[in-house]
Amino acid sequence: MKSLKTACMAALLTAVLTLPLLGAHLVVNGLSTTLVVNLWPVGIAVLLVFVAQLLDLKARLGAITQALPTVSLSSASFSRHIRLWLAVVLVAALIFPFVASRGAVDVATYALTYVMLGLGLNIVVGFAGLLDLGYVAFYAVGAYSYALLSQYFGLSFWVCLPIGGLFAATFGILLGFPVLRLRGDYLAIVTLGFGEIIRLVLNNWDSLTHGPDGINGIARPTVFGLELNRRASPGGTTLHEFFGIPFDSLYAVIALYLIALLLVILTLFIINRLVRMPVGRAWEALREDEIACRSLGLNPTLIKLSAFALGACFAGLAGAFYASRLGTITPESFTFIESAVVLAIVVLGGMGSQIGVILAALLLTVLPELARSFSEYRMLIFGLVMVLMMIWRPQGLMPATRPRLELPTAEEAHQ
Amino acid sequence: MSEPMLSFENVHTFYGKIEALKGVSLTVNRGEIVTLIGANGAGKTTLLMTLCGSPRAASGTIRFEGEDITQRETHLIMQGGIAVSPEGRRVFPGLSVLENLQMGGFFSDAERIEEDLERVFTLFPRLRERSAQRAGTMSGGEQQMLAIGRALMSRPRLLLLDEPSLGLAPLIIAQIFQIVQEIRDEGVTVFLVEQNAHRALALADRGYVIENGRIVMSDTGSALLANADIRKAYLGG
Repeated sequence: MKSLKTACMAALLTAVLTLPLLGAHLVVNGLSTTLVVNLWPVGIAVLLVFVAQLLDLKARLGAITQALPTVSLSSASFSRHIRLWLAVVLVAALIFPFVASRGAVDVATYALTYVMLGLGLNIVVGFAGLLDLGYVAFYAVGAYSYALLSQYFGLSFWVCLPIGGLFAATFGILLGFPVLRLRGDYLAIVTLGFGEIIRLVLNNWDSLTHGPDGINGIARPTVFGLELNRRASPGGTTLHEFFGIPFDSLYAVIALYLIALLLVILTLFIINRLVRMPVGRAWEALREDEIACRSLGLNPTLIKLSAFALGACFAGLAGAFYASRLGTITPESFTFIESAVVLAIVVLGGMGSQIGVILAALLLTVLPELARSFSEYRMLIFGLVMVLMMIWRPQGLMPATRPRLELPTAEEAHQ
Repeated sequence: MSEPMLSFENVHTFYGKIEALKGVSLTVNRGEIVTLIGANGAGKTTLLMTLCGSPRAASGTIRFEGEDITQRETHLIMQGGIAVSPEGRRVFPGLSVLENLQMGGFFSDAERIEEDLERVFTLFPRLRERSAQRAGTMSGGEQQMLAIGRALMSRPRLLLLDEPSLGLAPLIIAQIFQIVQEIRDEGVTVFLVEQNAHRALALADRGYVIENGRIVMSDTGSALLANADIRKAYLGG
């Protein structure tokens, strides 16, 4: 009886919500606009919700997802095979661009950028527990650093890449100093504001950034000094001329993919080293208990700042790569939704879990691309997936298990 | 007469407008176990926290090994030979026992950490058994052992213990107080803040009694234990 009542209420609510969204359409016919009411979709939605509520589908599905096996990364068999798995994935990633279609490689490159961003933000949000809603600002700083340095001073991608990272890290420290004494919600709001400030500055500083027009014709990366364009710049050599093969724009796509892959591997390598070092453990300790950290003589501000700066640095690297890949950037590429997507990647993957973040980044970038055909509903599906995830698997796709050092047990030690 | 290791001279501490410490003076000599007993809200933990620089003393002087540390930043105080096992233990629940201990030795090099780990594991064999376990899943007694062990990892010359007996079974308390004595015998000076006055006074060389932010009495541990007023107020008659 109770479930019938709930089902009726839910159905009513659905009717109210869907009536304006699905029931009514504005049809533009020449100069006149008419309102067409079509109640069929509303009826279907109401019926679906009613039945689902009546059968308590949520609990049933919940039971199913609970029964799904969780991958325990600390299990012995997994760690034994982890090197093998890594090798397999790496080889597959290396072969991929040579067998896949051009579009697929392009999407993969795009996804890898988000993997980098996710891994970077994972340091700040996942490890250090600092909620940063303005992460896109550092991405923008990296992108504009490269774009401007390349435009005004003609510096190459490989010179600008570390500079972009350093610039972003510097901005991270500049922002971090005043705000890191804030906690939780307050920090989130300040970082949100910072993200907007950077975008607005880029939008309005016409003389330097060309404002809303952005920067065009940003040079592509070179591969061992060889250019990827059809025609060489003065004094340069292109890849296809060097090898004496006909020009194919696919080479550039593949090269960009491989550079992105290289950057992701570099990011993973650095973060993995850091997490095993005292500073990485300090991030986690700080997230768990700041007072205990202070009692151990740790300086919380310095530790937070290091996490903030490092996270920003990787966003800067990703930004520089993004600018060089597209060849054109505008302030509109760095809106709040980008921060939200990267944060969603971290949360969806499982805070602090690197494999989870990589999976979520691939999922959240590749799936919308696959769903291009019904692109109007992309954000709707995105939202739905997020809601369902938070209901049934709030800990993320692959919850974090930290690398653990094991001491020999007492018996082993005495042998 | 050598200088005391730690001294409070007329220290006042405020929480906002409320005066929590009203001119406290006390001393701890090298190699002693000194205890501070008092009721809930008397200012025991405040005194300890003031020593750590958080909250900071409004007036008065705190000296450690002859240096004025009253205005020193908390993390610098805690790096300079003082370690604390804080009230409520405050172990890192998601980190393993071993990682908790390694955090305690944050400023040591790998070699020193190995030595100190061995020392802590000898004092607390239970922690060795549990080294891979998440600290949050251990019992209260084990967490207290971990909190003390973590504090010892920085090789403190002065160890501050804030209510190590809180919420523990009598058998475990006895065990922990036994270990506190062993720690002192290794040459670490111990300043013990306790509500469990009986055990604390039985263990300590000297004791202070704090009431409403003022030290009202100080004597040797055994003398305080025999004192009629103290027996009445803190030892249940």
